[in-house]
Amino acid sequence: MRIHRAPWFWAWVAAFAAFLATWSISAGGGGGAALAVAALTFASFSVLTGLGQMLVITMGPGNVDLSIPATMTLAGTLSLKLMGEMTGPVWAIMLAGLVSALAVGACAGVVNFALIRLLRIPPIIATLSASFLYQSLAIWSNRGLRIKPPAALAEFATGRAILGIPNLALVALVISIGFWVALNRSGFGRRLSAIGQNPRAARLAGVPVARIMGTTYVTCAKMAALTGFLLACFSGGAALNMGAEFLLMSIAVTVIGGSSIAGGDSNVPGIWAGALFMYLIVSMLNSYGLGAGVRLLSTGVIIIAIVAVASGRKAQA
Amino acid sequence: MINPRLLLPVLSLAVLVAAVFWLQPRAMSYVGVNLLFNLAVPIALATVAQMVIIMVGDIDLSMGAFVSLIACITAAILPENPALGWAMLAGCVLTYAALGALIEARQLPAIVVTLGMSFIWGGAAVLILPSPGGSSPAWLTAIMKAKPPLVPMAIIASVSIAAVAHLLIMRSGFGVRLRALGGNLRAVSRAGRSTVRLRAMAYAVAGVFAVLAGMALVGLTTSGDANIALRYTLLSIAGVILGGGEFTGGRVSPIGAVIGALTLTLAGSFLSFLRLSPDWQIGAQGAILILVLAARLLVRRAEKRA
Repeated sequence: MRIHRAPWFWAWVAAFAAFLATWSISAGGGGGAALAVAALTFASFSVLTGLGQMLVITMGPGNVDLSIPATMTLAGTLSLKLMGEMTGPVWAIMLAGLVSALAVGACAGVVNFALIRLLRIPPIIATLSASFLYQSLAIWSNRGLRIKPPAALAEFATGRAILGIPNLALVALVISIGFWVALNRSGFGRRLSAIGQNPRAARLAGVPVARIMGTTYVTCAKMAALTGFLLACFSGGAALNMGAEFLLMSIAVTVIGGSSIAGGDSNVPGIWAGALFMYLIVSMLNSYGLGAGVRLLSTGVIIIAIVAVASGRKAQA
Repeated sequence: MINPRLLLPVLSLAVLVAAVFWLQPRAMSYVGVNLLFNLAVPIALATVAQMVIIMVGDIDLSMGAFVSLIACITAAILPENPALGWAMLAGCVLTYAALGALIEARQLPAIVVTLGMSFIWGGAAVLILPSPGGSSPAWLTAIMKAKPPLVPMAIIASVSIAAVAHLLIMRSGFGVRLRALGGNLRAVSRAGRSTVRLRAMAYAVAGVFAVLAGMALVGLTTSGDANIALRYTLLSIAGVILGGGEFTGGRVSPIGAVIGALTLTLAGSFLSFLRLSPDWQIGAQGAILILVLAARLLVRRAEKRA
């Protein structure tokens, strides 16, 4: 097996290099475990949104979900509001919160896909316009109040139950494995890739294009909603701008991880590498003590450099 | 002979203008119209810039950050040190051209490259102007706040932007070649043209319009800020689509893009005249966008049947 040919190989190398670089300058070599825990925790949010975005991007040019931040905020806000008002056994409250968040995500996904399919609006514009609606709904429903999550959920979201690995990372890992199986070992994954490689050929070959696309948009929105729910529990409440950075992040981790932006070619391990890399690069620049301006500049330069090198590699192959 | 592609954008703008005048008859004056459309001028310029990028088959997710950077340069450096300021603005346009060349030469996805660039522009803007401030060069404010007789400046500016963009993109040989790049890349390269050079030129044209957008914005607000224009990214994409542009095949309309930008700006004023709760302002803009696009679908269907 030529592992260095795998599309995610270089992303992992970069993530590992960023880890070593950050580790070596922070506190003279100590605190590697703390850094790893922080990286795993924050990367799991990017992984969860990135997995959904990857599915959408796999469907080919023009397919991208810009409503991820708004869906996250809406799901986080509504589910925490519900949990705040409920009384009863803790497990019932937690379950209701999770289910309501996923239901919000499913609704958002259905709306997104209805706009794309029924009104034939390009996905970029459809998800963008819909995200304005979700954002307004979120503002209207919580009115700036910050409702705390149930203590048990907050504990779970910030805890490290097994081997000191953050719970969130374990959740993200389990879901990632599910995505990997769905993409590589199931009919759904095959059909999705077929649509991304050539939608016309896929339709002629009998792939139910509409159904697969619908499932994909709904799955992406559900992942965004789940991330919003977990992030709200992690940070002690939903905030209106809590999803903002995940719009660019979800696209960036997909592409850095080696999934093809042209569609039809996706990979799950790369999402993890991309997410870890994005977090580590920022903390590396932070520990160099650079200002916000230089930090942003370097992040941009590094992203473009990676994409330029990675794509060049593909062109030769 | 009016282009049917333009019919719907013109119609939606007319309906909105009528609605605004009906809600607030005092807006039907020289000052009122100028106030309504003032902020549309930089948005229109940014939309034309985005249109050029979409025309060659790409999409620019860094437009807002770039216009913000230009606003910072214009407000912080241009008044103090004009030579350096102009050099930096020229450098920004050249960087845009280089981006186009890089994207074509290495066959990179524009969406990712511009995503990365948005960090770079944002970082540079923070370095140049760490906190909001600066001032507008006197001549720039004089142009943007001029009061020509009869027709408000905002209208004159919008019409000139549309005219210049139309002549450049739709009527010149240069524009045809750029549109061909989006329409059929292979045909362009078989015809012996350098696609790298053409894409670089397209990005340079977009860069020039985006620079003008940043300068116009500072002329109106008289100060700069690293976050001043971040929403322009989404506004400019929405404006292009509202104006009848499409994501594929070099099908765009410069006049439509300017009208799309005016419509989006006016939608904001319309909603505040409606005394809509601020909670729903953003949502209503989304709803208007969806409505116009749904209307476009109906018009297209009717056209096909006819």
